[in-house]
Amino acid sequence: MKTLRNMAVWLDERLHLTALWASSAGHEVPATSGSWWYVFGSATLLCFIIQVITGACLAFVYIPSTSEAYTSLQYLNHVQFWGWYLRAIHYWGSNCMVAFMTCHMIQVFLFGAYKYPRELTWISGLFLLLCTLGMAFTGQVMRWDQDAYWGLSIGASIMGRIPLIGGQLVHLLLAGPIIAGETLSRFFTLHVFIIPGLIIAIIVMHLRLVLAKGINEYPRPGYQVHRATYDADYADIIRKEGVPFVPKAVDKDLIFSAFVIVLILVLALVFGPKGPKGIPDPALVDTNPRPDFYFLSIFAALALLPDWMEMLVMFIAPAIGLLYLLALPFISNTGEKSARRRPVAVLSVILIVLVIVTLAWYGETSPWSPDMVAWSGAAVPVKFLKGRTPLQMHGATLLQNKQCRNCHSLGGEGGERGPSLDAVATRLTADQMVRQIIQGGGNMPAYGKKVTPPEVDAMVSFMTTLRPESTPPSRDSAPPMNKLPRDFAVVLPPAEQADAKK
Amino acid sequence: MSVTDPKHDVAEKQPKEESTRRDWLFLAGVAVNAAAGLLLAVPLVGFVFSSFVEKKDPRAWISLGALENFPEKSTRLATYQNPFTRPWDGKTANIPCWVRRLTGNKFQVFAINCAHLGCPVRWFEESGLFMCPCHGGVYYEDGSRASGPPPRGLFEYDYKVENGELWVKGGEMPTLANPV
Repeated sequence: MKTLRNMAVWLDERLHLTALWASSAGHEVPATSGSWWYVFGSATLLCFIIQVITGACLAFVYIPSTSEAYTSLQYLNHVQFWGWYLRAIHYWGSNCMVAFMTCHMIQVFLFGAYKYPRELTWISGLFLLLCTLGMAFTGQVMRWDQDAYWGLSIGASIMGRIPLIGGQLVHLLLAGPIIAGETLSRFFTLHVFIIPGLIIAIIVMHLRLVLAKGINEYPRPGYQVHRATYDADYADIIRKEGVPFVPKAVDKDLIFSAFVIVLILVLALVFGPKGPKGIPDPALVDTNPRPDFYFLSIFAALALLPDWMEMLVMFIAPAIGLLYLLALPFISNTGEKSARRRPVAVLSVILIVLVIVTLAWYGETSPWSPDMVAWSGAAVPVKFLKGRTPLQMHGATLLQNKQCRNCHSLGGEGGERGPSLDAVATRLTADQMVRQIIQGGGNMPAYGKKVTPPEVDAMVSFMTTLRPESTPPSRDSAPPMNKLPRDFAVVLPPAEQADAKK
Repeated sequence: MSVTDPKHDVAEKQPKEESTRRDWLFLAGVAVNAAAGLLLAVPLVGFVFSSFVEKKDPRAWISLGALENFPEKSTRLATYQNPFTRPWDGKTANIPCWVRRLTGNKFQVFAINCAHLGCPVRWFEESGLFMCPCHGGVYYEDGSRASGPPPRGLFEYDYKVENGELWVKGGEMPTLANPV
C-alpha cells in the first residue's frame, strides 16, 4: 500500500496531475450551474467523441472511391460483423449531435451566456456549429448513393450561382469540372481529417474559455450585467456558492451522458443505418433526391421561393444571419440575462424554430414535387366515373395519359403541385378550363401543342363533372345571353340533365 | 531569497548587450521561418487549388452513338462516358443526357441537370414535359422553362453529326456559372 502511494506521489510530482485536476475538472463553478439546462454542451461533446470512435471504426472498411464506396457500404451493412450497427450508431450519433448542439445553442442564447465576458465562447461555438453542419453535409456524401450524388449536384449548382468566381468554386468543390473520381476523395478528406481537426481545435478553445471565464451562472431575473462590476460579482458567486465541477456539479451531465449513449444505441438498434439507397449511377434518372433532415428546411426554402428571392436566401440572408450571430455578443453585451425578462429573445427562438421545423416538414413531404408515377400508378377513383358519358370517360383516360395526375390529385392520390381536381368544376367554368389547359398559367405549363381540340373537349367534359353532388357548377357571372354554355347537356351530371330538359 | 523567483533571475543574468543579440536572433529566426513557411505553402496551396490554375477546357467531343438510335420527332435518354475521367470513377462516369431529334440532322441535346439546382430531370412523352423531382421545375419539350423555380431553360450541349453518329461536347457539370 505504501509503495503504491509512493508511486502515485512520484507520478504526481512528475506530471502535476493534482494541479491539472484543480484547474480543469475540479475547478469551482456556481452551484446553480449544476442544472438540467446545462447538460446539452457535454451531450454534444459526447456525441462528437462517439462520432470520432465509430467513424474511425467504419474507416477500417469503407473505401473512399467512387467505384468501390457503394460496395463497401453494402459490405458494412450485410457482411461485416456488426457493420450495420456501427453505421447506424454513426448515423444516429450525427443526428443527436446536431440536435443537442441546437439545444445547447438555444439554451446558451436564452440564458444570456453569450454576454460579457463570454463573447469568444459564443463565437467559437458558432464556428463549431458551422463545422458540424459541414460534417453533416460531407457525411451525407460519404453515403455514396443517388442522394449523395444529386446532393452534391445541388451543392455545386448553389456554388455556381455565386457571381464572378462561381464557376471556379464549382471546380474546387467537385475537385474537377464534374462529379467524378476525385470528388469523393475530396469530401472524405474534409469529413475525416480537415473538419474534425478543426472541430477538435475549436473545442479546445471553447473549453479553455469556459475554464478561463467560468461557466455562466444560472441567470436571476432582474440582475444586470455591467462590464465594470460583473467580474467581481462572479468572483463573489464563486466564493459564496462555488463548488468543484467534479464531483459536485457534474451529476446531471453524467446521468444525461448515459441517457444519450443509450438513446443512440436504441435508435440505431430500432431504426438501423440509413441507406445506402440507389446505386450512384447518374444514368439512373428515376430518382427522388432528398437531403438528410438537417438540410430539409433549406431544400424546402429553395423550392418555395420566387426566383428573384433565391440569391437573397442562398447567399445574402445566411451571410447576414451569420454576421448577426457573430455580432450578437457585442450588440447585446450587457444587461439582463434571464429569459424571463427577454421576451423578444424568447419569441425569436420560437419563431425561428417554428420556421425551420415547418420548412423541414414541407421538405419531407415536398408537395411541390410532381408525383412522377401518379399518371400510370394512381387509378381514377370509381366514384368519379359512375354514370359518365363515353366522352367523359374518354376525358378521364386522357387526364391520366397526359400525365395531369403527376401534379393534380384526384381522390387524394397524385401530385400536389397543382390544385386537386376533386371539385374543379366548382372553381372553373368549362371555358376557363379550356383556357387553362391550352395556355397554362399560374405555374401550370401550357398544353396547347400537346393536346388536340377533341382531346381538350373530352377532358373538359369530364372535369365539369368533378364537383360534389350538392354544389352547382361554376358559371360566369354574366353569361352571354345569345348562347347556352357549350355542351350544356354534357356538362351536367346525368341526374340533373333530366331536370334541365324539363 | 528563493531560487524560483524568475524576476530576480532575469534582472541579474541578462545584461543588455546579450539581450539585443538574442532579440536580433529571435527576429531573424521568425523571418527565416516565415520565408520557409511560404516556400512550403506554395506547393500546398498550388496542389489544393489546382483547379484555379488549370485553364484547359475540360470539355471534349464524345459520341452518343449512331443516329438510328434517335428517331425523328422523339426524345430519348442517352448516356456517355465522361471524358474527364479517372480510372476509379466507376459508374459515376456514366453521364446521361436527353436527346431530342427534330428532323434530319437537327437536334437538341439537353443536360440532365435541372437549371435550378442540378437534379436529374425526367422526360414525359405524353405531356411533352421535363419534370424535376427536387423542387418541381418543369420544362417544355424544346427545353424552355414551363413552370417552377428554374431561372432559365434546360442547358443544351453543343452537338455535331459526324460519320453517322451524334457527338456532344461534354465533360463539365452544367451550372449557371458554367453552362455547357
